[in-house]
Amino acid sequence: MEAAYNLKEIMNKPERLAPGHRMCAGCGGTIAVRAVLRALHEEDRAVIGNATGCLEVSSFMYPYTAYEDSYIHNAFENAGATLSGVETAYRVLKRKGKIKENYKFITFGGDGGTYDIGFQSLSGAMERGHDMVYVCYDNGAYMNTGTQRSSATPQFADTTTTPAGKESNGKVQVRKDLAAIMAEHHIPYVAQTTFTNNFKDLHVKAQKAIYTPGAAFLNVLSPCPRGWGYEPSELMNICKAAVDTCYWPMFEVVDGKWILSYEPKHKLPVEEFLRSQRRFKHLFTRGNEDLIVEFQKEVDKRWEELQTRCSE
Amino acid sequence: MAVRERLSGNEAVAYAIKQIEPDVMPAFPITPSTEIPQYVATYIANGEIDTEFIPVESEHSAMSATLGACAAGARALTATSSCGMALMWEELYVAASDRLPIVMALVNRALSGPININADHSDSMGARDSGWIQIYAESNQEVYDNFLQAFPIAEHKDVMLPVMICQDGFITSHGVENILLVETDSVKQFVGERNPEHYLLNAKEPMAVGPYAVSNYYMETKRGQREAMKNARKVILEVAERFEKMTGRKYGFFEEYCLEDAEYAIVIIGSAAGTCKAAVNKIRKETGKKVGLLKIRVFRPFPEEELAAALSHVKTIAVLDRSEMFSATGGPLGAEVQAALYQAKADADVVNYFYGLGGRDITVEDFEQVYSKLERIAKEHKVTDKYDYIGLRK
Repeated sequence: MEAAYNLKEIMNKPERLAPGHRMCAGCGGTIAVRAVLRALHEEDRAVIGNATGCLEVSSFMYPYTAYEDSYIHNAFENAGATLSGVETAYRVLKRKGKIKENYKFITFGGDGGTYDIGFQSLSGAMERGHDMVYVCYDNGAYMNTGTQRSSATPQFADTTTTPAGKESNGKVQVRKDLAAIMAEHHIPYVAQTTFTNNFKDLHVKAQKAIYTPGAAFLNVLSPCPRGWGYEPSELMNICKAAVDTCYWPMFEVVDGKWILSYEPKHKLPVEEFLRSQRRFKHLFTRGNEDLIVEFQKEVDKRWEELQTRCSE
Repeated sequence: MAVRERLSGNEAVAYAIKQIEPDVMPAFPITPSTEIPQYVATYIANGEIDTEFIPVESEHSAMSATLGACAAGARALTATSSCGMALMWEELYVAASDRLPIVMALVNRALSGPININADHSDSMGARDSGWIQIYAESNQEVYDNFLQAFPIAEHKDVMLPVMICQDGFITSHGVENILLVETDSVKQFVGERNPEHYLLNAKEPMAVGPYAVSNYYMETKRGQREAMKNARKVILEVAERFEKMTGRKYGFFEEYCLEDAEYAIVIIGSAAGTCKAAVNKIRKETGKKVGLLKIRVFRPFPEEELAAALSHVKTIAVLDRSEMFSATGGPLGAEVQAALYQAKADADVVNYFYGLGGRDITVEDFEQVYSKLERIAKEHKVTDKYDYIGLRK
């Protein structure tokens, strides 16, 4: 369906998210946005949606916008519904001959605006089958308000509402598997990815999501240097470790068929992912070895479940 | 040529929507407004109109999608009631500050709790500070006529504000009355096409909507909304004048009924005005006492000066509120009217009554009692209770 992936060519496409926005160095959010927008055909126009969050307050601070395309932010919990209205307007105005150009509809939300407060709005928009892509840049907590736990936060993470302390090992619960929940909506395309392998996986999945007619959902692991506690230069290594430990498997669900996108030759122990992050620091103090064992068990269980789904 | 029909208020609004043929209607069912999206969905299913209906999963999403569609450049509307509107609360403010000419068919119903499905203005009155224009109706005819005027007001370049067209739940929405309908060609001509100046799907000029604006810009946004609300006064009257030319039916900020020579006046909103008119007729016929009525049509923008002028000669005034605000001074309409009279240095004594909360009936006899209380206050020059209740169980 698409030409072979050529990193140089792709990276030389005109940027649709202009520099000068106020996101942090080493933030995965804008990397996800730029990578997804690179998958748009240059001649296609787009309306970009956005839930309230770091990305919104840092990329559209009045009177400056970082977006070359039309953009709409409405509120925290309704990026799905808002873009569904835009997409519907497009269909009817195009039918009535009032718009000639081709538009694509992509909305971005953090995990707070997607897994939690915007979950209903997302589910509604996906179930109704609007021709749009919802991209979750998942950094596993409410980062804009200062790292409060979300349902995407992994177990044992030290957040400001699940602080690790004398009586606490961080977040008690395991994370919600949103990509699987979206797949259960029986929409044509769902994928989970992150920044690895020259962005090829993300690029190809973004392209499929944008150009598959109907509703599509992309879950992109997008690390946050402030919330996770890592050196900005470590970003790509953390993503690679997330994938190689199978903490963050990359897969897609195409018309209900589960497909594994990447299987590490040697599945690394989960410590390789956890060690470089301040939010898991307490797991490495003496006496907490069992917590890492428990974390590893959860990762293994989910990886096995995924492999089963992908082999059916 | 007008078309004679018999329609309920919901049917009248749905028919107006059919005639306007908007681009997008997201809606979520809630009593008593549910019929409106049902009728529209049926028109679409039968190929009678080219409109997209979005069956959203909540009212919050209904207003969110309406907002998205309107920002995209479409003519968009929704319908709701009560808790549905309460769930939209956040979005009402966003729509107004984004200066989006959305129209909402609001069928007024009491807010929970206790849960109650009947007429009461607590939903729209609570949203009176959200930046929406609010236009109320006494009858099915009025809600239909108001609805036809909504988009021309909202989309006027000097206004660009959302408009709420309110009618009383069940009393108006489900009560069937004779109605004169405007022919569809005339409606289409009157309302015209939406030609937005700036919109998301404008290929010549991409646009960003919904910024983060901190203290250096937020205040000017609000000032701009106030200016638009001020401009709306003129536009509302211009559109009403155009409407009168088309139909012969005259509308303003409010209706004065036997008010010119009145000594005792009631100020009210909505369907109960009809009952009040019957009381005015009866009292005037039986006793010759000079009683009158001022029925508010436009609550936002509130016509302070015009209202104070219309009441300037009245000795005593009762303002009737169909919603609570738990303030020491009474209800929201009471507060607005009294503020307007104070600004105008009027010396009439004013009392504020709560009536009809959660759909409680108000009768001709109730209004007769209010007028006799006004007469007594005028004689004694003494207001014992600034606010009281009509028809409250003892």
